[in-house]
Amino acid sequence: MSQTFDRRTFLRNAALGVSASTLPLTLVELAFAKPEDTFTFAYISDSHIQQIRGTEFVRNWDRGLIRAVAETNLLTPKPDFVVFGGDLAQLGGKPELDHGAGMLARLSGKVYHVMGEHDYYLDLGEYWSKLFGPQYYSFNHKGVHFVVLNSILTYDDWTLRRWPTAEQRMAEMAGLDNPNGSPFMVGDKQREWLQQDLAKVKKSTPVVVFSHSPLQKIYKGWNFWTEDAEQVQALLAPFDKVTVFYGHVHQIQYNQIGNISFTSAMATAWPWPYPQSYAQAEQLLPKLTVQMNRADPFFERDATGWQLIDINSGRARVNFNLYNNRTRTVAFDEKTGQPQDTAFQAADQRVPPQDHF
Amino acid sequence: MGPPIHTVLAGVCAVFLCTTLSAQPLGLPPVPIPADNPQTPAKIALGDKLFNDKRFSSTGEISCATCHDPAKAFTDSPRVTSEGIHKLTGTRNAPTVINAAYFGLFFWDGRSPDLEDQAQHPIVNPVEMGLTNHDPVLKVVRTDPDYVAAFRKVFGTEPAQVTMHEVQQAIASFERTIVSGDSPFDQWYFGRKADAISAQAKRGFDVFMNKGRCVSCHTIEQNFALFTDNRFHNIGVGINRIQREVPQLAPAFLRAKAQGVDVDKAVLTNPKSSELGRFAVTDTLDELGSFKTSTLRNVAVTGPFMHDGSLATLRDVVEHYNNGGITRKSDPVNDFLSGGIRPLDLSDDEISDLVAFLETLTSPQFAAQRQAAMNPASCNVSTAAVAATDTVKAGGSAP
Repeated sequence: MSQTFDRRTFLRNAALGVSASTLPLTLVELAFAKPEDTFTFAYISDSHIQQIRGTEFVRNWDRGLIRAVAETNLLTPKPDFVVFGGDLAQLGGKPELDHGAGMLARLSGKVYHVMGEHDYYLDLGEYWSKLFGPQYYSFNHKGVHFVVLNSILTYDDWTLRRWPTAEQRMAEMAGLDNPNGSPFMVGDKQREWLQQDLAKVKKSTPVVVFSHSPLQKIYKGWNFWTEDAEQVQALLAPFDKVTVFYGHVHQIQYNQIGNISFTSAMATAWPWPYPQSYAQAEQLLPKLTVQMNRADPFFERDATGWQLIDINSGRARVNFNLYNNRTRTVAFDEKTGQPQDTAFQAADQRVPPQDHF
Repeated sequence: MGPPIHTVLAGVCAVFLCTTLSAQPLGLPPVPIPADNPQTPAKIALGDKLFNDKRFSSTGEISCATCHDPAKAFTDSPRVTSEGIHKLTGTRNAPTVINAAYFGLFFWDGRSPDLEDQAQHPIVNPVEMGLTNHDPVLKVVRTDPDYVAAFRKVFGTEPAQVTMHEVQQAIASFERTIVSGDSPFDQWYFGRKADAISAQAKRGFDVFMNKGRCVSCHTIEQNFALFTDNRFHNIGVGINRIQREVPQLAPAFLRAKAQGVDVDKAVLTNPKSSELGRFAVTDTLDELGSFKTSTLRNVAVTGPFMHDGSLATLRDVVEHYNNGGITRKSDPVNDFLSGGIRPLDLSDDEISDLVAFLETLTSPQFAAQRQAAMNPASCNVSTAAVAATDTVKAGGSAP
């Protein structure tokens, strides 16, 4: 894990008189622009806390969230707030949500929550809302307008009339490549609310949106998808600077559509894709039919992690803190007008995947 | 006290030199030799002399060999942490020099990139050899007639031109001769001698390769085995003691380091900073509480174990791993534990088998030390079990 030398750390180093050419993640502080334009927040997502029975939970997922929380608490200077990006639970039950909320309670500072489908489809978000509040909302922070959407809704017919039990409904939506699933959507009601919410915001104000599913269409078979993504994008189109962060995909993705920059979050639980080849102990991973490469399956935390994001003059720089792996940074590039990996973007800088162990 | 160091050393070195200059020991690859520091017999002999010279300490009592004693498999076993000048103790257990030639980075936290660089640091560490700078070393090697002649012969350097560079090169050259394979395991696994190890050890090897997950870090290759991945892992040793204080310690250490604190001195003199592990070197959260994977060769004669010497027997070590990175089952798991560490569910018999396997990794040169009461407790006994027995003997009531 190495922090690449860049202009910001250089400027900060110069200011502090630090001779070292790198600074740790924990001491990243921006030296750009006006101080009020610049702040950081941490972004943790997809912990999938899973009950086995009684007070027994899947250790692997517990460890992922515990570690992300502990590391986030070490950030110096402290981030302004923390966002939890959804899928705190695996099958939406109270014990899972309570256990996850207990671990998140160790975070110092304000936490904003995003609804994930694994939190929702057992009781349609009822218990989650008791714990964490409204399922969609907005807030302003240091000149940036933040919006949180519940993007994992779907057709009423599927939600309300298709399944004999709430448990089966939850289980059907929890499968990754399950043909019985249904595409995610923000829905008419929330889009109307979003339109009204954004009507009060100046077009020059940077807008940052959190959703659980990508507000873009990537792959419908795995529900890396939001059915009304274009309609949501149209509401965001009039703004100068828009950034959308989403979880759900358990891998690093970034993209630019028009004025909107998209960046995903890593999960703390497991990466998509992963192999099931290292199964000496019972794995409890959801079934995946398409096998793909994973960095090092011995280390359960490998290819998981969390994000430290800095917002500088309305543009995001996402530092991925990846366990057993090199830190990656995806930052908006003013020259190309899109988010780019600061180290591996050029084809000749990429690390080829391992194909055997 | 064992026999005088030099007597033992002469004997041991003869074996080493013989092995290195002739065939490769079974189970080891060729020793990597840096292009800018080729091996010569004269340079090796000079390094040997430097390694044993107590004048390079502030009290004249400590040499490299004090803590890396050839009579103790190049450790200071059974010491928990090493003792330098004025009986000062550091925070770390002396790792063996045997097969260090194959390591990627040096010291438990990898703060040194090669053997040459490593050799300079203990000399000026306040709890090791205690000099304030290297000038006294240079004074000795520039004036002692034996050294003057040796440096002239090896490096073609006149006394006034000798620097620490040459001193460190010679010590590293000597250390590259301290290699040992040919263990019963090597005879069995690479030499195909079916009866070289016991049936129990063979069962233990199966645990090592499979259920115990040991081989993922203590690696075995197709035609050699170093038993280390040369990487750093948080396995729940040391860090477990300071868990609650990490939120204060880690940022405070980074701030101190940014203001110029010497990491080498800080980690060896401050027990709490020491437990931050490789984080103290690289500043990366991912390496909080992580330390270098040790080789397992000769592990039965180099106890106690782990970077802080906190585990007394090999059985204690295996039980720590079996518990998923905690020494006592009731201890809390540390938040930064490596994803490779999880409860193993090994049975008592499997643990005994695994320890029996680890005992087959002792090279013949050090087998005698197995008998020399270096480890009073058998490697295959848990410290908890010994303590329990003592309590009964003393007539104490069980809690």
